[in-house]
Amino acid sequence: MGGFRQAVEGAVPALRRYARALTRNGELADDLVQDTLVRALRSEHLFHGGDIRSWLYTILTNLNRNRLRALARRPALQSIDDNDAPELAGPEAGARDIERALASLVEDQRSALLLVVLEGLTYREVAEVQGVPIGTVMSRLARARMQIKAYLDGERPALRRVK
Amino acid sequence: MIDRDPRVTEEELHAYVDGELAADRRAAVEAWLASHPEDAARVAQWRAQADAIRARFGALASEPVPARFDLVRLARRTRSWRAAAAAAVIVAFLAGGVVGWMARGASAAAPSRFDTFTAQALDAHRVYVVEVRHPVEVTGGERPHLVQWLSKRLDYELRIPDLESSGLKLVGGRLLPGPFGPVAFCMYEGPSGERFTIYYARTDSPQTAMRYRAGDRFAAVYWVERGLAYVVSGPLERERLLNVAQAAYDQIDKGMPQAR
Repeated sequence: MGGFRQAVEGAVPALRRYARALTRNGELADDLVQDTLVRALRSEHLFHGGDIRSWLYTILTNLNRNRLRALARRPALQSIDDNDAPELAGPEAGARDIERALASLVEDQRSALLLVVLEGLTYREVAEVQGVPIGTVMSRLARARMQIKAYLDGERPALRRVK
Repeated sequence: MIDRDPRVTEEELHAYVDGELAADRRAAVEAWLASHPEDAARVAQWRAQADAIRARFGALASEPVPARFDLVRLARRTRSWRAAAAAAVIVAFLAGGVVGWMARGASAAAPSRFDTFTAQALDAHRVYVVEVRHPVEVTGGERPHLVQWLSKRLDYELRIPDLESSGLKLVGGRLLPGPFGPVAFCMYEGPSGERFTIYYARTDSPQTAMRYRAGDRFAAVYWVERGLAYVVSGPLERERLLNVAQAAYDQIDKGMPQAR
């Protein structure tokens, strides 16, 4: 196996982690990762060095963005009201809370926060992945953190985004 | 060391939490936090958020990777796709003077006519090839009527090819609603019951080369000629499908249909 393949393979666990946190749906996340890998293998000749990991995050982020765009064109059938979920206590509840807080973020903010906090990318790398200036990454991060705090503080209904 | 700018911005607080702060500002930020409990609380909250996110999702990266992500297998799929695409190009050139092959990578943005028509044709194929009693509206026994009816609805003199030389008998055809108007859809059947379909839709797209697209169970070959898009769909057998598409192309080409 060549160096390219090896590097791609080494990134799979982290890609799955990022995709899962980004979509909060295991099946969807793994489909995204597989599509990312297929696209990466197909575009191997387009990869001109640099950090393979960032490149893979870029592909995955774009694929997810396309997916959301396609979804937005369809009438929404998903219930956005998940208050019916049973109330949990203990660490389980905390895990649910952070998931829901993440779900309340705009896609670009969620992606920026996860890439920094979960994937350990630098601001510069995130700027490359998202195709925006570093300043935009920083304001996305700031807004994401503010929104999560507001959500966890109990301002859920008011700030809930209807997508 | 005397810090010239003791004021700390919010951006610096984020950078501090994320390990992005310039080393020479670290002392200033820490001093600032020591004397600004509200900012210290925010920094603590951001760290707690990050910890919660890592606690929730971090373990995933140490799970064993499922077999579906095996790169050798995925690469094989990619290669066979490339071979199929290359074969489709060759067929297209054999078919004569067809240009404009476009690499798949160029179609990332809006769905192209290729994507739209092949997706719809494959959907129709999937739905109707399993029909035993009502696969078509007008049977192949009424070929002249079928041609006349579908041509009238599409406002285009259709050619419904005779594919007996490929071992396929015309089952018949039907009219379908398409994204841009009515669509004609004809079905053929081989000796062992395998079915092929041809999808015809009016289009303003320029003439294209044949393009191959493999679905999950069926595959399709697409081309555009004289204002009509054709999609030949069939079982996932590349060579056979390309041969059938080629035969259909040749037959249609002989007739030279004219848009009315």
